[in-house]
Amino acid sequence: MGVEGIGAKVLRKEDRRFITGRGRYVDDMSVPGMKYAAFVRSPHAHARITGIDKSAAEAMPGVIGVLDGKQLQGDGIGNLICGWAVSSKDGTPMKMGAYPALASEVVRYVGQPLAVVVAETRAQARDAADALAVEYEELPVVTKAVDALKDGAPQLHPEAPGNLIFDWELGDRSATDAAFAKAAHVTKIHIHNNRLVPNPMEPRAALGHYDMAEDHYTCWTTSQNPHVARLVMSAFYNVAPEHKLRVIAPDVGGGFGSKIYIYPEEIVCLWASKRTGVPVKWTSDRTEAFLTDAHGRDHETEVELALDADNKILGLKVETTANLGAYMSLFSSSVPTYLYATLLSGQYDIPAIHANVKAVYTNTVPVDAYRGAGRPEATFVVERTMETAARELGISPAELRRKNFIRSFPHQTPVIMAYDAGDFEACLNAGMEAADVAGFEGRRAEAKSRGKLRGLGMSCYIEACGIAPSKAVGSLGAGVGLWESAEVRVNPVGTIEILTGSHSHGQGHETTFSQLVAERFGLPVDNVQVIHGDTDKVQFGMGTYGSRSGAVGMSAIVKALDKVEAKAKKIAAHVLEADEGDIVIENGEVKVAGTDKKLGWHEVCLGAYTAHNLPDGMEPGLKEGAFYDPTNFTFPAGCYICEVEVDPETGTTEVVQFVAADDFGRVINPMIVEGQVHGGIAQGIGQALLEGTHYDDSGQLITASYMDYAMPRAWDLPMFKVSTTETLCPGNPLGMKGCGEAGAIGSPPAVINAITDAIGNNDLTMPATPEKVWKALNAVE
Amino acid sequence: MYETSYTRATSIEEAARLAAEKGEEAKYLSGGMTLLPTMKQRLAAPEMLIDLRHVGELKGITVDGRAIRIGGGMTHAEIAQSDAIKAVCPGFTSLAGLIGDPAVRHMGTIGGSVANFDPAADYPAALLALGGTIHTDKREIAADDFFQGLFETALEEGEIVTAVSFEAPDACAYEKFRNPASRYAMCGVFVAKRAGGVKVGVTGAGSDGAFRWSEGEQALSGNFAPEAVDGLTVPEGNMLSDIHGSSAYRANLVKVVTKRAVKKAQGH
Repeated sequence: MGVEGIGAKVLRKEDRRFITGRGRYVDDMSVPGMKYAAFVRSPHAHARITGIDKSAAEAMPGVIGVLDGKQLQGDGIGNLICGWAVSSKDGTPMKMGAYPALASEVVRYVGQPLAVVVAETRAQARDAADALAVEYEELPVVTKAVDALKDGAPQLHPEAPGNLIFDWELGDRSATDAAFAKAAHVTKIHIHNNRLVPNPMEPRAALGHYDMAEDHYTCWTTSQNPHVARLVMSAFYNVAPEHKLRVIAPDVGGGFGSKIYIYPEEIVCLWASKRTGVPVKWTSDRTEAFLTDAHGRDHETEVELALDADNKILGLKVETTANLGAYMSLFSSSVPTYLYATLLSGQYDIPAIHANVKAVYTNTVPVDAYRGAGRPEATFVVERTMETAARELGISPAELRRKNFIRSFPHQTPVIMAYDAGDFEACLNAGMEAADVAGFEGRRAEAKSRGKLRGLGMSCYIEACGIAPSKAVGSLGAGVGLWESAEVRVNPVGTIEILTGSHSHGQGHETTFSQLVAERFGLPVDNVQVIHGDTDKVQFGMGTYGSRSGAVGMSAIVKALDKVEAKAKKIAAHVLEADEGDIVIENGEVKVAGTDKKLGWHEVCLGAYTAHNLPDGMEPGLKEGAFYDPTNFTFPAGCYICEVEVDPETGTTEVVQFVAADDFGRVINPMIVEGQVHGGIAQGIGQALLEGTHYDDSGQLITASYMDYAMPRAWDLPMFKVSTTETLCPGNPLGMKGCGEAGAIGSPPAVINAITDAIGNNDLTMPATPEKVWKALNAVE
Repeated sequence: MYETSYTRATSIEEAARLAAEKGEEAKYLSGGMTLLPTMKQRLAAPEMLIDLRHVGELKGITVDGRAIRIGGGMTHAEIAQSDAIKAVCPGFTSLAGLIGDPAVRHMGTIGGSVANFDPAADYPAALLALGGTIHTDKREIAADDFFQGLFETALEEGEIVTAVSFEAPDACAYEKFRNPASRYAMCGVFVAKRAGGVKVGVTGAGSDGAFRWSEGEQALSGNFAPEAVDGLTVPEGNMLSDIHGSSAYRANLVKVVTKRAVKKAQGH
């Protein structure tokens, strides 16, 4: 592999600038003449706008313009779209309420923007935004999805009677009913999957610049997918024609899904720049981030698992109500459907599954994909249920899982997915050994002697990433293809630029992508530059989410490298007068196998550009592009085992051990993969123990700052024991599966299973705060 | 944040004079660990900030035998690292080291914290249990009289906390149970034992701010051991209740955390 090739723990190239504070983020960008935007946001969760008086705001110092939703509509700026069409089980299309970038008639969540002020300074813009006089007629509010479905609930959108967006199903209901009729045991539980606020370290920001002289637009934005942003802003929002719009997503400080979407603010900054004639920058503060970044999760689920007398699973029934918030965000419809119910088979051979999902409007921030997106919700349902069933049946949770593992591949589940490869038992065994499960009872007894309740919980997750085969997702309602593109530009001196449609916002692409070149040609990673995040540089791309940059993005790079390699070999064979098939490239040299005839890599590259001695008919240059469309999802899987100690006097949970045994297929950089797993587990433990999002009855977000929203910190976490096993994904050239979300997907059920084991009460919802655990303990005593 | 002006006072007299001239529109700044975030959120908009943190008269720690006096401008970090205090009253330095994070401890001051009297601030529990005195530019006030209710103290308009003082007890300790989000005290208990009896100061739990748990004091004065409070019940009525903990939960914490503080004090 070479010291910097595939499998090497190469230090991250990008970290020099990140850890010395020299990253370049949107808020660092500035354009001559740039001014600042502040948004006027609804203080009410549901209200009719009965009047806007701009006179006071317009008279404030430094104000350049005050723009509202009527002007936005008048200029033909389109409503926000949802990019995945999901139909109800009766065939009717999803019922989407109009979602304008600036509200002009009704506001439906606290923080929804309805006007923008552009001023000379940030503070002046904010002062004038506060001075805008808006009259509201308050309307009744509903924040919980289950309540929104009740008769007499406040109605959000005329397009969606009863607040129901869709009532969707997957699987075979009658086959599942028949399976349950034969059951020897049925396990039933209620699952609450708590709403989460994404909290990337860098808040969102946008800088819109309309250049009148060139009739050209530039938008710097905190985006995980700048090309998609350009496409959507031009094709649907009519902000600018695609060929006259450049979107740049420079360094982006974390996204976790929340920066996939095209939000009102970037649309408005571009539009306002044209309207006011000045470049317009907006940077979210942390409060705005809490109030307006798309939230994650928020499911209520009833689940039933049927088992036969031999403890083999017969069937699974799932009824989920998903809160999508006040508007449908860009991929909101896919998260509780095709990214959720398709994973309900877990790692198990389940003959019959039926899932029903109701998606519901409420007066809350829109909900969309957040690290894992549907798959954490599915894993939580399956793995809490498996653990509960094992306890009810009096058998070990590991044995129940082992008994029901899928063992031959490919395996077609009853819920669309066809698993291509895996070895679930290998992960389980690796996890149990690393966790010393055999020694647990001894540790439990020792903890008891210290007055602590020790518990062990596991979670055997599977997820689908590397999204996704374009034809397949198209048939399921996706509005885009989910391929990726790459271009490999070899310079005359032999250094290489990789242009990719993937976007790095913390993943370390500049390093891992360079390692592919090191592996292929034996060049140092320092000779490779990875270019991304700019629609003027990279022709097109679908961006980064769903752990797709390895399995899809790198596969496109591999295809382009194949073409570069083939042309370089042709040139070398011609120059060295050898057969093309005898040429090998290694350690930066292009050799004729079995001889001492060779050229330096740089000589071949220079030869391609001087074009003095190329094969007849060959074009000069050495630059190749490729598009890669995956043939299937990839299926990372693993076994997570959590051990906790609960303090019975206070209900405090300490995670004392956490083991992750993952199968990610081929690992390019183990250090980066470990980092991804660490971060994912931290977020998963955060969801399980800490992160609670609370609205009050009037729809105010009362956890709108770190005073009340509990983020995980280093001291909340143990040192993780992580390891990987490897079954290669047969569907892509490198055999990769994806590691970006696994930690967040696999860990929450392991934590809750451990706590419920410790306290002997299975009735516990996330986040398992000290008070909740204390109450659950008192309920059984 | 709204526009404001900032003045770095060089003496108590100058600070008090500026405050008197400006009236209600001026605010003293002594670390600003509460005031500045509040201003950033536009929930407070003083026209003038008078910074007390660099006033020489507010600096310094003196330990004379067991008598301790700490200037109002001393940061939590300076207090936490004071070997002189630690030698006679380690429970107090340990409390200072548990406040916020390193950045907060190097900015926030004891004078600012005492004057602000956040219901979850740590020092008030200690000063109540220690029978401490709050010194101002005008008078001396016993801690029992100084702390009056949520964000309410005996301070009058423009009055400056110049120092706190107390006598080191025979044994003391602070135990803090943190709010999972803010990491402030959801219940912090300071116990102080002297020949004349035991005092228990509780912060973070009470709906009126820090308070003394008199039943606990009586029980512990008879028997300074964790089990001494076993039979007691803390009334829920006076407890805070929020999304992080109900009044019943906080009432439980008062007892549990007191026991742990006593155990810790016994260890010293």
